[in-house]
Amino acid sequence: MTRSKRIEYFGFGVLRLITLAVVLLIFWLIADLFVKGGHTLNWAFWTTFPQKGMTTGGIFPTVVGTAFVTLITALFAVPVGVASAIYLSEYARDHFLSRLIRASIRNLAGVPSIIYGLFGVALFVEGLHFGTSVLSAGLTLGLLSLPYIITATEEALKTVPKSYREGALALGATQWETIVSVVLPPALPGISTGVMLGLSRAAGETAPILFTGVAYYLRYLPGTVWDSFMALPYHLYVLATQHHAIEEVRPLAYGTALTLLGMITLLNFMAIQIRYRYQAQSPA
Amino acid sequence: MGLTNTLIMTEKLVVRNLDISFGGKQVLKNVSITFPDQNIVALIGPSGCGKSTLLRALNRMHDLTPQAKVTGEILLDGHAILAQKIDVVEVRKKVGMVFQKPNLFPKSIFENVAYGLKINKMGDKEEIRERVEQAIKSCYLWDEVGDRLDKPALELSGGQQQRLCIARAIAIEPEVILMDEPCAALDPISTLKIEELMRQLREKYAVVIVTHNMQQAQRVADATAFMYLGELIEYAPTQNLFHSPQHELTQRYIKGAFG
Repeated sequence: MTRSKRIEYFGFGVLRLITLAVVLLIFWLIADLFVKGGHTLNWAFWTTFPQKGMTTGGIFPTVVGTAFVTLITALFAVPVGVASAIYLSEYARDHFLSRLIRASIRNLAGVPSIIYGLFGVALFVEGLHFGTSVLSAGLTLGLLSLPYIITATEEALKTVPKSYREGALALGATQWETIVSVVLPPALPGISTGVMLGLSRAAGETAPILFTGVAYYLRYLPGTVWDSFMALPYHLYVLATQHHAIEEVRPLAYGTALTLLGMITLLNFMAIQIRYRYQAQSPA
Repeated sequence: MGLTNTLIMTEKLVVRNLDISFGGKQVLKNVSITFPDQNIVALIGPSGCGKSTLLRALNRMHDLTPQAKVTGEILLDGHAILAQKIDVVEVRKKVGMVFQKPNLFPKSIFENVAYGLKINKMGDKEEIRERVEQAIKSCYLWDEVGDRLDKPALELSGGQQQRLCIARAIAIEPEVILMDEPCAALDPISTLKIEELMRQLREKYAVVIVTHNMQQAQRVADATAFMYLGELIEYAPTQNLFHSPQHELTQRYIKGAFG
């Protein structure tokens, strides 16, 4: 074996080991969660309220709360994010202002989530008098997920060949018709992937909902968007660090973590489904 | 320079003093040229001579390039189509375009040809079906795809795709058809089929074709324009241009001295 061949073998060997280590770490983490909290998972755990100072019982209200808030987040962030991305990518001319807006959106993705939380308090809770509610928290999480959705949508639109646009315009389509009928369909798988990633990031956040709507414990479910709610990530934080009987509730904390992971996996699975459906329709 | 003494013709498209620049770089200099109806005109010249730029001005495709500056006059049946108040959608309905690479949409064969018809609301479902069939037939594709119109268009061969692009363009009944090196990505057999199709299109439309291939220009074009460095050097009936070029640059180009 020549020297350069040996170096190549060694180099790729190292890369393979590193990759393997990362994958193993993730598997180890999930396995650890299952070992310590897997036994708490059953239908009753997901469908009953916490009982006896949260030392037994289920996490039903937190599942409902997280699902509800994520729905509000999606209703706000998906249309706004996709619309902004279409505007930036298809209409806005390339000049100083549009470049500044683009750079700002990318930088927003790096803003610490507690800042979003404080901003949410100032704007939605106080400024717009939405109070600490599902609505305030959902909109705050929406702001947090916007940069992901906008960036992913812009990238997806960019992968649609220019020749599709030219083809449609040359047939007398307006720019609007071109975007709706020719540009968006092939971009949808990419857009939905970005949307799901943004939403799953939002669903797992604690800091932005901390001051905007989440509650330590509630005996009722949020009935409207004006109610406070319990949420999985915050409940996990409470069980892990704030509870008076931490050792006792530890299995419940692991069960909560697994449930949160499960919900996020479900969101990602939906993204894969959407991508698969659209790719099956067009071989492009 | 001109064709008036050899051809009896209607002036379909008239270009006057056309200048085009991209971000300050001038690529078309004071070009004036007339495209007659029911004729095929070939634009030839070395890469970068501005022939595609001229072609794309004829259906206002430069509108898509923000830094493009187009000045001068283009008349379609006597109507100035560069004017601000002109509806560019109307222009493009009348001036169809076929691109260098087939650019079918990732939709079915039927939907591709029906696209322009639906966008322009040219008839109900039944009428659109008839027009699609008619367009595909006039591009000699019916025998090849007539029984699988609902199949993805991108599964067709390159030559079939390009002929379907032509079918898509003529389905909305334009008056002029622009072709930007339509055979550049095709094999010789497909090229011959497209050329045969061009001769058919000539019966109904004014056809303008950009080509790198001088043999192709001689095979299909009634008149040929030679361009060089953004200028129109010579424009004459194809036989005259190739057999007795008036300009020294034309002479050298068609002999292959540069390209």
